[in-house]
Amino acid sequence: MRALKFLIPLALFAGIAWFLLKGLDNDPRNIPSPLIDKPAPAVSLPRLDDPSQRWTTEQMRGQVWVLNVWGSWCAGCRVEHPLLEVFSRQGSVPIVGFAWKDDPKASKAWLDRLGDPYKINVMDRDGRAAIDWGVYGAPETFVIDKAGVVRDKHTGPLTRKAIDERLVPLIKKLQAQ
Amino acid sequence: MSVSKQFGLRVGSRMRNLLAAVLAVGVVSICSAGAAQAQSAAPAPAPAPAAATNAAPGASERYAERLRALSLQLRCLVCQNQTLADSQAELATDLRREVEEQIEKGKTDDEIKAYLVARYGDFVLYKPPVQRNTVMLWFGPFALLLVGVAAWLLVQRRSRARRAEAPVTADDDRDRARKLLE
Repeated sequence: MRALKFLIPLALFAGIAWFLLKGLDNDPRNIPSPLIDKPAPAVSLPRLDDPSQRWTTEQMRGQVWVLNVWGSWCAGCRVEHPLLEVFSRQGSVPIVGFAWKDDPKASKAWLDRLGDPYKINVMDRDGRAAIDWGVYGAPETFVIDKAGVVRDKHTGPLTRKAIDERLVPLIKKLQAQ
Repeated sequence: MSVSKQFGLRVGSRMRNLLAAVLAVGVVSICSAGAAQAQSAAPAPAPAPAAATNAAPGASERYAERLRALSLQLRCLVCQNQTLADSQAELATDLRREVEEQIEKGKTDDEIKAYLVARYGDFVLYKPPVQRNTVMLWFGPFALLLVGVAAWLLVQRRSRARRAEAPVTADDDRDRARKLLE
């Protein structure tokens, strides 16, 4: 009985401490996307290299692909760029660059200066398509499967760990399907 | 005798204070929950047909009012502790424009919220809906309050029982004091 008197507050404390500790690891910017396991939003956007041509989500059907939301104004995109270059050189999937609210001239200059890891770049100058994709902060990276279903989303700059342990295994799995 | 009376009195007033505090907490939390509920229960203004209201005077003000009311209930996802109404982030500007356009199209508030939830998740709502994964959030505090009240009552009852078993009298106290002094 006496031991219980000590154990109850101890257990309560341990419970609260566990919750608080867990909260430390939670990234408040990492909001689960409701798009996961839903069809990729259909958007039609002008291409960066030739604005008279339009790119649509539908064109990517039948292959596993990655959508990377970026902008020349976005510091996090600058951080993840070298990793994206490496990832792109592995050549496992086409990466579509989604230039979010960016001046095409600035986008092009950025790619010229740092390198272009994208198979194709599309422009969303007014940010409407971004809303359809639930984009709230660049960089964001989506993985879409052959059937056009969003399978994963990474918010914030990609890390080597995220690429090696999350993206690549998922892409391999999806490609095997 | 007077000692025991004093003691009893002190315990009584402390008990009353505690009870009052617990009641106050309970009432406040219930009231605030009720207020939140009332706010959400307020009927959404009927969507005006876009074509008709575009020409009508004061239409833009009505839109602005609805836009303001709606964006106060929506979270800016960039600066997460601001509402869409308060935020100056570019995304917030875009989302306000989107909401405004949907109001003009004659969408209801619920439709507009559903549109945003489908893209950004429940997180975009400042007031989370009551559903399976938010039960703890909504009712957890009340459950904890109940546990607290129950524990307090239990402790009270036990100490009262103990006091009844061995009533403290002035004589007892005097004996104890004498023993301590010896």
